[in-house]
Amino acid sequence: MNSLAEPRKWEKYFWPVLASALFLALWHYSVIWSATKVFPSPLAVEKGMAQLAGKGLLWSYIADSLRRVALGFGAAVLVGVPVGLTLGWYPTANQIVNPVLQILRPISPIAWIPVAIILFGIGDTTAVFLIFLAAFFPIVVASVDGVSNVPSMFRRAARNFGLSPLQLLVKVVFPAALPQIIIGLRIALGIAWLVVVAAEMIAVDSGLGYLVIDARNSGKRYDLVVAAMLLIGVIGLVLDLCFRRLRNFKSVRWGFRNES
Amino acid sequence: MAASANKLPETDAPIKLSADHVGMVFQRDGKTTQVLRDVNLQVAPGEFVCILGPSGCGKSTLLSTMAGFLSPSSGEVKIDGELVTGPSPRRIFVFQERGVFPWLTVEGNIAFGLFKLSRLERDRRIAYYVKLVGLEGFEKAYPSELSGGMKQRLEVARALAVNPDMLFLDEPFGALDSITRLTMRRELLRIWEAERNTIIFVTHDIDEAVQLADRVAVMSDRPATIQQIVTIDIPHPRDLSSPRYLELRNGIFDQLGLAHKV
Repeated sequence: MNSLAEPRKWEKYFWPVLASALFLALWHYSVIWSATKVFPSPLAVEKGMAQLAGKGLLWSYIADSLRRVALGFGAAVLVGVPVGLTLGWYPTANQIVNPVLQILRPISPIAWIPVAIILFGIGDTTAVFLIFLAAFFPIVVASVDGVSNVPSMFRRAARNFGLSPLQLLVKVVFPAALPQIIIGLRIALGIAWLVVVAAEMIAVDSGLGYLVIDARNSGKRYDLVVAAMLLIGVIGLVLDLCFRRLRNFKSVRWGFRNES
Repeated sequence: MAASANKLPETDAPIKLSADHVGMVFQRDGKTTQVLRDVNLQVAPGEFVCILGPSGCGKSTLLSTMAGFLSPSSGEVKIDGELVTGPSPRRIFVFQERGVFPWLTVEGNIAFGLFKLSRLERDRRIAYYVKLVGLEGFEKAYPSELSGGMKQRLEVARALAVNPDMLFLDEPFGALDSITRLTMRRELLRIWEAERNTIIFVTHDIDEAVQLADRVAVMSDRPATIQQIVTIDIPHPRDLSSPRYLELRNGIFDQLGLAHKV
């Protein structure tokens, strides 16, 4: 097979499906050969999942997790992008705020859990707040970088055509920074999906994160633990794939030419 | 052989742009560099002037100063008798083709400066300038789908669409291959003959200057000043093998201290 050639249509699906099947087979036989009493086989996981789905719990848990991510991530986009654009636009403001941002940024959202519980109590708001925090910083940083990387030539051309500062921001700086902002949003969404699981283990009693911890605590149902883990992985992948589609819009595609 | 006076030949002719004793000094890391020294140039309305000089001599700085993006350290630039204090849509600066906005289509780029016009007038101008620069059929295309020459024509169209009196072109064809460059020169002359804007064109290519310009201002090394202005008295279309063309071209070669043989 020539590695430079475009993979044929069936190959694009065949090899990944084969790899997944091999992984499941390896898992299945490892469970049998090791004679483990604790770790479930793929079939047990599938049965557990069907059982949950039968009770209607599965869909409501997935919906709860997705709703929390949508709220937290959505709020982070609504606040983070304007903040980032402003800081990128006014370098002095950025110099003042940047040290604080750089100190807050490396703090894991998990470390915020006790503070969040004091502020919002046990419940949805705490989970949403943690997701917001997790997504906020990457979005701000990407937006600041996006604005400061706008080629001066674009700003100069806009000045030449007599645009007001607001028009310059809306018509030139934002669209020029958009590809980089989208990269930041994608990273932030990935982190948000990581954090929702942690937040749900502690702060709420529904969602996929809660399912992981609840299945373990109430009766050591490791089949359900692994089922929840697999669902988290698959949904994370789907979210990322949806987000990748954004770059196919023609008004931003120019910014992604060097990426796969 | 060539007129060497910096003033226009006819003293009563109207003056579009005049640069008087323009000097430019840059301060960087505590060091001062004089880039321009006592530059004097007068340009008539509708005239095509090339500013020619070696790379890094300061000709782009001079052009940015005339367009109002930089203010001179000494001297002044006047357009239509008024002091230039900043850029204006009356005079558009054209970069190499990298200046087109990649997030806008061909139409969107041409419409960029037309935000004050009615929709009808805007559409009319877009259609007119798409046709003028020969981009029909590419109205909905994005710059990444265009060749370098097409992007350059798009940028010229975007500039012309706002009906400027003046165009400043900064080595606009520098990034194009030599064949496309030749076609683009012909295109630019065709457009200029239709629109008759005043054009100031910066280049380091002697042939390009002699092919295009009414007059060529030859710059010296840093600190740059205009060492000679050569009037190109050959009507368009110019025969690139005519004795007069070669004579003018060789004169400028000599002026820049270059040998005729490689």
